[in-house]
Amino acid sequence: MSIVVKIEEKLYQNRYIVDESRPHIQIRNDAVCKSCESQACTVCCPAACYSKNETGSVTLATDGCLECGTCRVVCQDKENIQWDYPRGGYGISYKFG
Amino acid sequence: MVEKFDAIVIGAGPSGNAAAYTLAKQGLSVLQLERGEYPGAKNVQGGIMYAAELEKIIPDFREDCPTERHIIEQRIWLLGDDNYIGTNYRSEAFNSEKPNRYTIIRANIDKWFSEKIREAGGLQICETTVTELIRDASGKVIGVRTDREGGEIHADVVIMADGVNALLARRTGFQQELAPQNVALAVKEILFIDPELIQQRFGLKDEEGVVIEIMGKVTKGMVGTAFLYTNKESLTIGIGCLISDFKEGAIPPYKMLEDLKNHPVIKPLIEGAEMKEYAAHMIPEGGYKAVPQLYGDGWMVVGDAAHFNNAAHREGSNLAMASGRMAAETVIELKQAGKPFNAANLAAYKKKLDDSFIMKDLKKYRNLPGIMHENKQFFGAYPDTLTAAAHSWFTVDSVDKKTKEKEIMKSFVKKRSIMGLVGDAIKLVRAVR
Ligand SMILES: Cc1cc2nc3c(=O)[nH]c(=O)nc-3n(C[C@H](O)[C@H](O)[C@H](O)COP(=O)(O)OP(=O)(O)OC[C@H]3O[C@@H](n4cnc5c(N)ncnc54)[C@H](O)[C@@H]3O)c2cc1C
Ligand code: SF4
Ligand code: SF4
Repeated sequence: MSIVVKIEEKLYQNRYIVDESRPHIQIRNDAVCKSCESQACTVCCPAACYSKNETGSVTLATDGCLECGTCRVVCQDKENIQWDYPRGGYGISYKFG
Repeated sequence: MVEKFDAIVIGAGPSGNAAAYTLAKQGLSVLQLERGEYPGAKNVQGGIMYAAELEKIIPDFREDCPTERHIIEQRIWLLGDDNYIGTNYRSEAFNSEKPNRYTIIRANIDKWFSEKIREAGGLQICETTVTELIRDASGKVIGVRTDREGGEIHADVVIMADGVNALLARRTGFQQELAPQNVALAVKEILFIDPELIQQRFGLKDEEGVVIEIMGKVTKGMVGTAFLYTNKESLTIGIGCLISDFKEGAIPPYKMLEDLKNHPVIKPLIEGAEMKEYAAHMIPEGGYKAVPQLYGDGWMVVGDAAHFNNAAHREGSNLAMASGRMAAETVIELKQAGKPFNAANLAAYKKKLDDSFIMKDLKKYRNLPGIMHENKQFFGAYPDTLTAAAHSWFTVDSVDKKTKEKEIMKSFVKKRSIMGLVGDAIKLVRAVR
């Protein structure tokens, strides 16, 4: 049994207030990601914000971010993620939670 | 002029709300800051709400609190690949005048609670992220800085109720970073469905509800649990595992959730329901040993930010409310006695926690997180063996019962030596004794 999941379809249901061009999370150093064996952020992020790219590094797109903090915890040993909350009022806005 | 309050509460989840309400009710000037668009906008819960703690804060909460269903039946299921073995407990006694547990939709509760705080005279400002604690030359916390213009505000005491990430305490050096084995990531969905169908499928009437706690193959051998709860017109389904396990595995959390939804035992229960929201949130699960420093000069930390969570019993919001209330009561007592809010005096908060179910329960289960983490057989081999045993036992064929018993025992020993089995039993008993 292999089920295909489309994360975009899940995230599509959510309400976001996007803070244009002010990403609240940033990768500090691309080279560190290249040499990161696990690249665990690409598996652990519940919104699939991190994806492996052609250069062997990782691309981050925070649009669907659920602000859980998992990537921050996962990348603790490499300290390669600059993690902050979005500005007040921006980001995910759960209707139900 | 910098504005000054008796107390600033950071965060409008259950811990911050309990604190702000208790303070406002006693006539203290309290400012509550919340980064969400509205209270609840950032928050996630399964959610079961336990009445006892809320009742202590708002005794007549049942009059207008937007709960979903009161719980009359609890199921605990161990899922195999295409089966489950489990226990159910249902009682008419849960249909009492004052039910003890309710399913809730978290955003509704947070909004309701905030309204109560405003009615009690508390000032709540949303859409404001606290960026920094302000400290004086001696290191005492004297206020906060926010991301709003001119956002410096002072207070006699700051209560951090900012949830599991606890960024402020970590940045100030009051807490270490969360260890991946001490925190779980949970994902959940809300599925809307005709209430008639909920009542038929779960054997319920009116406002009655069922909750199902799930373990087994669905967490793919990782340390974790899942749940399926009934709301009035919706179901919530979710699954969570330790981040240290997600980190080692190759399965994204949303894939795990999708597999759970498609499990042959679960699928018929949620069939035809419409998904309306997908959420993710961390849960602090390190237990007693992961509890940080809880107070200092001019500050206290409450709720998830203080790592108050009893994973074994799925309790979090009640510990949050209780700790928020205790922090507020400490402030009120010091204020009345005219004493300063220094660490020596705020130690009274810790004393209250130690004397309460919060620290007593956390202490009781202090070894459980480690045991679960180091003994993955509870999540991998056991579900398989148990469901296979049940399958054999309940399959009526021509094999005599004695032979069946022997085969079942053999299958257990094959997966895990006799000493291993005995050892596991001892470990579990010790951990929860
Ligand atoms: C999937 C899931 C299921 C759960 N199920 C249950 C359950 O069934 N029963 C139960 O009792 N518990 C459950 N819990 C646990 C429960 O949700 C938490 O223990 C509880 O929400 C903790 O409350 P809190 O007030 O401490 O933190 P939170 O509810 O996280 O509130 C923190 C608040 O602070 C705000 N904030 C954070 N940083 C800042 C800042 N810098 N500036 C301004 N505001 C800020 C946030 O926006 C948020 O509103 C569950 C948790 C999850 C994730
Ligand atoms: S875990 Fe950290 S270092 Fe590794 S790929 Fe992800 S962001 Fe880069
Ligand atoms: S905070 Fe959570 S949702 Fe956002 S990028 Fe990190 S892991 Fe993904």
